[in-house]
Amino acid sequence: MPSILIIVFGPLLAAIVAGLGNRAIGNTVAKSVTTGALFLSAVLSWPIFLGFIAGDAEATVVPVLRWVESGALTFDWALRVDALTAVMLVVITTVSALVHLYSWGYMEEDPDQPRFFAYLSLFTFAMLMLVTADNLVQMFFGWEGVGLASYLLIGFWFRKPSANAAAIKAFVVNRVGDLGFMLGIFGTFLVFQTVSIPEILAAAPAMQGISHIIFLGMRLDTMTILCLLLFVGAMGKSAQLGLHTWLPDAMEGPTPVSALIHAATMVTAGVFMVCRLSPMFEAAPVALGFVTFIGAATCFFAATVGTTQWDIKRVIAYSTCSQLGYMFFAAGVGAYGAAMFHLFTHAFFKALLFLGAGSVIHAMHHEQDMRYYGALRKEIPLTFWAMMAGTLAITGVGVLGVFGFAGFYSKDAILEAAFASGSEIGRTAFWLGAFAALLTSFYSWRLMFLTFWGKPRWAESEHIQHAVHGHHESPDEEHSADADDDHAHHAAHGDGTAGYHPHESPWTMLVPLALLSVGAVFAGFVFHHAFLEDAGFWGSSIAWNEHLMHAMHEVPLWVKLTATIVMLIGLLVAWMAYIRDPSIPGRMAEQLGPVYRFLYNKWYFDELYHFLFVRPAFWLGRLFWKRGDVGIIDRFGPDGAAWVVQQGSVFARRVQSGYLNTYALVMLLGLVAAVTWVLF
Amino acid sequence: MEGFPILSVMLLVPMIGAIACLFVGEKPARQIALVATLIDLALGILLWANYDIGGAQWQFVERAPIFGQFSWALGIDGIALMLIVLSVFLMPICILASHSIDKRVGEYMATFLFMEVLMIGVFAAQDLFLFYIFFEAGLIPMYLIIGIWGGANRIYAAYKFFLYTLLGSVVMLIAMLWMVNEAGTTDIPTLMAYDFPVQAQTWLWLAFFASFAVKMPMWPLHTWLPDAHVQAPTAGSVILAGVLLKMGGYGFIRFSLPMFPEASAQWMWLIFALSMIAVVVTSLIALVQEDMKKLIAYSSVAHMAIVTVGLFAFNVQGFEGAMIVMLSHGLVSGALFLCVGVIYDRLHTREIDRYGGLSINMPKYALFFMLFTMASIGLPGTSGFVGEFLSLAGIYQVSSWVTFVCATGIILGAAYMLYLYWRIAFGVQKNADAAAMPDLSVREWLMLGPIAAAVLWMGVYPESFLAPMRADIAALNARVARAAPEGDARLVMGEAARAVAEAHEGAH
Repeated sequence: MPSILIIVFGPLLAAIVAGLGNRAIGNTVAKSVTTGALFLSAVLSWPIFLGFIAGDAEATVVPVLRWVESGALTFDWALRVDALTAVMLVVITTVSALVHLYSWGYMEEDPDQPRFFAYLSLFTFAMLMLVTADNLVQMFFGWEGVGLASYLLIGFWFRKPSANAAAIKAFVVNRVGDLGFMLGIFGTFLVFQTVSIPEILAAAPAMQGISHIIFLGMRLDTMTILCLLLFVGAMGKSAQLGLHTWLPDAMEGPTPVSALIHAATMVTAGVFMVCRLSPMFEAAPVALGFVTFIGAATCFFAATVGTTQWDIKRVIAYSTCSQLGYMFFAAGVGAYGAAMFHLFTHAFFKALLFLGAGSVIHAMHHEQDMRYYGALRKEIPLTFWAMMAGTLAITGVGVLGVFGFAGFYSKDAILEAAFASGSEIGRTAFWLGAFAALLTSFYSWRLMFLTFWGKPRWAESEHIQHAVHGHHESPDEEHSADADDDHAHHAAHGDGTAGYHPHESPWTMLVPLALLSVGAVFAGFVFHHAFLEDAGFWGSSIAWNEHLMHAMHEVPLWVKLTATIVMLIGLLVAWMAYIRDPSIPGRMAEQLGPVYRFLYNKWYFDELYHFLFVRPAFWLGRLFWKRGDVGIIDRFGPDGAAWVVQQGSVFARRVQSGYLNTYALVMLLGLVAAVTWVLF
Repeated sequence: MEGFPILSVMLLVPMIGAIACLFVGEKPARQIALVATLIDLALGILLWANYDIGGAQWQFVERAPIFGQFSWALGIDGIALMLIVLSVFLMPICILASHSIDKRVGEYMATFLFMEVLMIGVFAAQDLFLFYIFFEAGLIPMYLIIGIWGGANRIYAAYKFFLYTLLGSVVMLIAMLWMVNEAGTTDIPTLMAYDFPVQAQTWLWLAFFASFAVKMPMWPLHTWLPDAHVQAPTAGSVILAGVLLKMGGYGFIRFSLPMFPEASAQWMWLIFALSMIAVVVTSLIALVQEDMKKLIAYSSVAHMAIVTVGLFAFNVQGFEGAMIVMLSHGLVSGALFLCVGVIYDRLHTREIDRYGGLSINMPKYALFFMLFTMASIGLPGTSGFVGEFLSLAGIYQVSSWVTFVCATGIILGAAYMLYLYWRIAFGVQKNADAAAMPDLSVREWLMLGPIAAAVLWMGVYPESFLAPMRADIAALNARVARAAPEGDARLVMGEAARAVAEAHEGAH
């Protein structure tokens, strides 16, 4: 049996066992089965990946079952493994296995553990189906499957209204993207008469610029409109500008979920899709320009918002959004290898940052607000060093030609590619990306400084006070507490600790942190050659632009150094503002009032969408119901008919009064009328 | 199977059961009904197993002249087979779901069994008048079920239901009489191949449309459905949503399309317009409902609109998609009404706000409800996706606008169903009585389990359901091909594209 079958279906079986077994099999069995299945998948995935690195593996397709056969529209369940899939396989299974292990510690007090682990494994299965898809419809299956798992996990603490709202928001916003994806599939089928990815990619290059199609009454270039529609799907899943609003809210889910789904894997599905379909996008330069634009805009937008948030998870969420923007504009300028490389390194260091944040939150008794952190370096040293590794990786610390942390290689490559692409939009992306790199460095170090340096500010935290005063509640009830609770002052302990002692996390949480730290430190150094320079590694799995590759090497030195310089500036600014003189941020916020509020309120996207879509939907619903169905259709339809009949019978009853003289009068009148009719 | 009149037997078994139920007490009536429906289910499976895919178009044909042109003619093709299997599959589940009925149980069971006779009859009839009788008579048991065993406002709902459906079918009868006069036969297969004059087709099509659009129901003839569902007992809702609504779609695919292809193409945009309005309007209405059954009823109207656009796409994907949506909706909306029934039996209210946090005290129920919710919003891997996807893929080849508008249903559908699920199964247990409700009983497991299995089966391997219909849909496709509209995509390639582009430039 091909190992890919075990890799993909093992997690599904585990999810079914844990989900249906639930309380009957108990926590330990459910957790062991799911975690075991994931470690098995991870162990089986690495040889496949290393096989492609070594260059002795062939792309294969393992057929599973016929799915649908409807005229020319025919597609199967099948598992495709090529270099691109192999990269995703190791990312997904490794991060997922580590997140499973981490959750043993993180979710220890939760009463619903089998359900949680079942969802995690179900997610992994759907994600694996997505990346092994050989046709667009199976990709869509995985696409919506991860959406379901994401919905279930965001809403895992389902007693909280905010978690439910966030879960529904995530699903519905993703469906807006999926609408585009579906239309893209329909259009692709209409044009190519197939949904098989290899067949589409083979036929796509010949279509460039020689074909038109009408979509919604507009005559457009065929490849452009198909790629744009598919990209709308990618925008939804990967939280790009316009369809990004669900991602920050998704932080309502437990932190391991944020690490797995909303950082390392699911949100990168859009990037994967663009790379998988890269020969198609290459045939649509206009669409690629749009991808670059959206990527660069998101990269910039999310980084600006990230600088102002207080919730540690939200900072990392906006950071994810921003990093996804990098991947997209890399793909947009044709550097698919660089996009996938950043996806790969980002998976390690971002999962690490999230899990590290989870460890901090765990230590701080579920407090997520960085305003109540401080001085944790000495209290939770292992978590601190893990977070440090993640921060060094995301900010891209390294020395050219010697050694660098993971992000150093991938982010530099993206900026170089954008610069080297030579197009105007590419240059714009370069500058936006460089500025975002400065902000990345700033908000990452801001997070580190606020959390681990300075003086303890724990005493004002509601959560810490609960912990200290022994109000021991189950995690669920704790989470249902309103976030806006008044953080009352308890200054009994003058040192700001309120007498609380943060505790380092258990080994189940520290081992994943250690392993991911290894990835964050070395993944860039070890694999940059294969991802960025080895066309043989990728084979035919992505479009490879040899010309751009060379141009990347020949960019001026200042371009190569840009990322490092802005990183240092960001670090310096963060140090000035949060270590040297902590009064600066407050003064800045005051000085720049409107700008600060604009950023702090996330450019007011949520308010705008609420005003434009949510409220009108409910208003229209009520209008169509009360005024339309009840007020018009029923009133003039069945009820109206009934009224006519009723009035008619009232009249008929009046006529049949029983008085002889009335009858005689009617008869006489009738007779007169009849005679008149006949005579004249 | 040669010579065994299996279709007549399938009609006879529930008929005998129905008569028997009238004369026995409460408990035996329940048993008789369950046994009769199970026998019919077994016969239905036998029918499916013996259906020869790729064989004759009409199989299990029976023919016995009664008087004049009128004859007892039965026979099925793959399309009818699937709908019959759906009907006999849902019937035992309905009997199980009628546990809480305690008024006139014998008559109730008899009515249901009689309903089953008529449903199978509609799908098996090969004589035009026989079809009409079954089709119209189906009104009576449903009218009784709503009017006698329904909720507080049952009389209003029953009359509304009757008024709408009857008015539609009177016109259809006149059209049928004209057709028989013109073609000289009442045989449906012959009529399906008969070419009516294009002029006459227009009127005939409208007459049939009046009846099927009400049954479907299409906007704006849908307002009877929410009332009927709300007032009907659970099993009544299941049959109404599961099978009776499918008679409209079946009518389109069996009569309107093959008998009047030109008129179908002519009125295509009427169907599209009504369907597009239905998807958007009824989905938005579903969003603001406070009554569980009303919400699902409105969602049914939106789903049926996907059926009608699929049918009038005039291509294989559209037809097959529409059929799968019908089968899927039969299972899923039936299951959703059962889910409502399960908690209604415990708390006796349909008001969404009276529930909440049910996944705490009813985790198994919550799991089933989640599955059917996902199937309803068309998650891939469930039956709902396959149908919607094929239908929309079919209609895309005709019009991207129609597809775009109808596909917004996948966004709105997710919104109203997940919002419903949140208010019922998630959140805190704010009502003590709802929090005290016990989880599913064995009987309820037996109702929901088989439907869940069927929903997943149809989602993962729809071939089982598509294969028997393939030849019939190909035949239908060939039949209507001469009237098939040209798509609005106007794809052009190569030199032609350049020419079009230049012409376009020139125009500016």
